[in-house]
Amino acid sequence: MARNLLDIIDLSVEEIDQLIAVAEDIIENPVKYQDACAHKQLATLFFEPSTRTRLSFESAMLGLGGSVLGFSEANSSSTAKGETVGDTIHTVSCYADIIAMRHPKEGAPFAAAQFCDVPIINAGDGGHNHPTQTLTDLLTIHREKGRLDGFTVGFCGDLKFGRTVHSLVNALSRYENINFVLISPEELKLPRYVKEEALKSKGIPYTQTTDLESVIPQLDILYMTRVQKERFFNEEDYLRLKDSYILTPEKLVNAKPDLSVLHPLPRVNEIAVAVDKDPRAAYWRQVKNGKFIRMALILKLLGIEV
Amino acid sequence: MKIDSIQNGVVLDHIQAGKSMEIYTSLHLDRLDCSVAIIKNVRSGRMGKKDIIKIDSPMEVDLDVLGYIDSNITVNIIRNGERVEKKHLELPRRLTNIVRCKNPRCITVSEPQLDAIFLLSNAEKHTYRCAYCETALNDKK
Repeated sequence: MARNLLDIIDLSVEEIDQLIAVAEDIIENPVKYQDACAHKQLATLFFEPSTRTRLSFESAMLGLGGSVLGFSEANSSSTAKGETVGDTIHTVSCYADIIAMRHPKEGAPFAAAQFCDVPIINAGDGGHNHPTQTLTDLLTIHREKGRLDGFTVGFCGDLKFGRTVHSLVNALSRYENINFVLISPEELKLPRYVKEEALKSKGIPYTQTTDLESVIPQLDILYMTRVQKERFFNEEDYLRLKDSYILTPEKLVNAKPDLSVLHPLPRVNEIAVAVDKDPRAAYWRQVKNGKFIRMALILKLLGIEV
Repeated sequence: MKIDSIQNGVVLDHIQAGKSMEIYTSLHLDRLDCSVAIIKNVRSGRMGKKDIIKIDSPMEVDLDVLGYIDSNITVNIIRNGERVEKKHLELPRRLTNIVRCKNPRCITVSEPQLDAIFLLSNAEKHTYRCAYCETALNDKK
């Protein structure tokens, strides 16, 4: 059975640390890795559109000297003819050495893994999991702070439906001395089961607030997310809450000078464009890190050591 | 009320009162040709009331189905009129094709030919989660 990455908890803390170490070595010594995957093929099967994630995977494989094949929407695959995920994956596994797949249905990568003897990477399955985003977030925090423990991290925005938040809270809860500050409207608080399983059961401290400005001075990391309009029944509530979480240069005045602002992107209006020029804005570096951690992951799943 | 004892078959005892028909359906006992007795509301010292099912023919009982519905049931194997084995059930760790996921966004809903797999995630609360999308089944108790 091939080793897959379907959920971030498939990886131990030690494995995550190793991936980060390899990614940082790739950043320092890209030439050393440029032919590591020569003659290997990555299939990117995107049953729904994506810009960042698909291009990041493709750029990662090309950076390792491998090649890529695949499709970028279900309409250009046999899915449009009614083919099952299992049959599509079974077919592609005959052509590729490793598969990255995104699918709108939750659990599709788990289904695919039943029919496949090459490694499968979940590149997002609906609102369920997106483990390579979490790896990207962890690498970014490590590069910004030099460590993955001993800091205060604020999560701001839609903490109820934002799966990247749930995964990152879970992943960070395995490291020491992290204070979690959960900033959201009452209607979009982190679900109780995430707090119970990731934080309370491990005795990890956290605070909840609706006010970003009151807590911003204590944060080492601020993870912004988009407040999703479609979750609100009342348009007025949405407009009021959305506006309170627009990060502006003014709101950053009282923040620490070494704060790192992360965002999984895409953003809509929750981070003002003016913030991009602030050195504390780490989200474009985060995008770049996404490529390097995926390079490290591809190497790991293919069992290639450089 | 007297029900004749069976010679070769299976007796499902200690069924929670009122659950016997669910078990009858789930084990597909309606497809059997042999005699099947469903005895409801039998007096029980331990349970107050209980149901019993007697199947007058040897058969392989799906212990996962039974364990999922009610893990307190005991399964008695009868041969030549004697009980030769008494099985106590546990909550199964994995349910395959016993229940289907209700999450409309789950891949098993749009592709029903996939095996429906649930894994036990919390034995104390009897919580099972879909192996695909991790949606929890309703608490059984």
